[in-house]
Amino acid sequence: MTQEKREIVIPSQLLGDIKNIKAGKGTFVENGKIYSEILGILNNSSDYVNVIPIKGRYDPVENDFVVGIVEEAMASSWLVNINAAYPALLHVTEVPWDVEFGETEKFLNHGDCVMAKVSSVDQEKKLQITLKDHNLYKIRGGLIINVEPSKVPRIIGKKGSMIALLKKYTNCRIFVGQNGRIWIDGTSEGINMVINTIKKIEDESLSFGLTNKIEDLLKKETKDVH
Amino acid sequence: MNTDIKLFEKGKRIDGRKPEELRKIKIEVGVLHRADGSCYLEWGGNKVLVAVYGPREAVPRHTQNPLRAIVNARYNMAAFSVDDRKRPGPDRRSREISKVISEALENVILLERFPRASIDVNIEILDAEAGTRCAGLTAAAVALVDAGIPMRDIPVACAAGKIENQVVLDLGKDEDNFGDADLPIAISPRTGEVLLLQMDGHLTQEEFEKAFDLAVKGCYTIAEIQKETILKKYQSFAEVK
Repeated sequence: MTQEKREIVIPSQLLGDIKNIKAGKGTFVENGKIYSEILGILNNSSDYVNVIPIKGRYDPVENDFVVGIVEEAMASSWLVNINAAYPALLHVTEVPWDVEFGETEKFLNHGDCVMAKVSSVDQEKKLQITLKDHNLYKIRGGLIINVEPSKVPRIIGKKGSMIALLKKYTNCRIFVGQNGRIWIDGTSEGINMVINTIKKIEDESLSFGLTNKIEDLLKKETKDVH
Repeated sequence: MNTDIKLFEKGKRIDGRKPEELRKIKIEVGVLHRADGSCYLEWGGNKVLVAVYGPREAVPRHTQNPLRAIVNARYNMAAFSVDDRKRPGPDRRSREISKVISEALENVILLERFPRASIDVNIEILDAEAGTRCAGLTAAAVALVDAGIPMRDIPVACAAGKIENQVVLDLGKDEDNFGDADLPIAISPRTGEVLLLQMDGHLTQEEFEKAFDLAVKGCYTIAEIQKETILKKYQSFAEVK
């Protein structure tokens, strides 16, 4: 956050020399020079040069919380779309219910949504997710919206400050998946407010002091409602 | 090849260009909503639309590579893209172009990041006026960047050729049909590596070298347009409100 202006970089753009700075995320090194590998925003943090992607698929990391949509029920597992390049496997031993062999469809079927945790990512990028953690359920009711996965940290805010704000002012239940899917449940006015605010956060995700700005906005809006 | 068409008149070509002049190029990024990345390109009379999907799990499964992603480029000409109606569907020519474009793109995408996945590039030629493979590849590169796919470089393609014993840049339709040779190339502008090189017709070694250098020069000009377009589209993301 030390930079005054944020710079957009494109693949193959020269970012520096490995003698001066270390190559971070979104970069590659060739002949001692650091280049960007993706379309993104330049971010120099201490001694690393990083590129934060603007677009692209969610890159799953272990222990991330995600919102998934069931694609297929198989005999002893489900295939779940978590917005990554690959479908994730949810095994019957990873759900909190007692599932008889071949009766997976009674619990989760095509189109059902779940809150889940990524339990493992192996070298071949085979993904496994689990529902065995606190606060992970099958989703009943509410609404799911999609945002760019790279914007998720801004929506959560520092130590969850932004999301706490949203919950406080709108009385909605919100679950933000790291994969860019957000589940919202509450009154229809509340849901509308959350959606509008999240859109605003997405548009202005690069401004400084965004949390305060959003708080002012929410205060004003809640006054209008009551 | 003797024809009664004059390809040169007072040092100018049939469409009024100088020998080393490119046709007009216009690029638009992110024109499609459903695709992960897209690009619309107009290059003279060529109109090309490219949509990129992926990376996503490759189907059918036997095409998957456990170590890296595969690139599926599909070059397709619309039935109305040429004077006489083109019979729709893949033919020998479009399959060849699909293959060479796939291979050119494979060399710049960081495929190791996405084992078992496929990156699908759909290139639709809406209007054709010579040099569609170059236009398709150039547009595909921009669409891949738009899709947020990690790449070592943004590839770019351009053609040179020979008409009436003179080496010229970027052949137009009549020049391609009645000229002596066509040399489309694609390069990686950062390193200068050649990603695609084909030739139709005959060139002497000196002519070949001259045409090659000319095409490379054209590539660098187009690479600047590509980069400018992408930066312009996404500049708004960097503005601090």
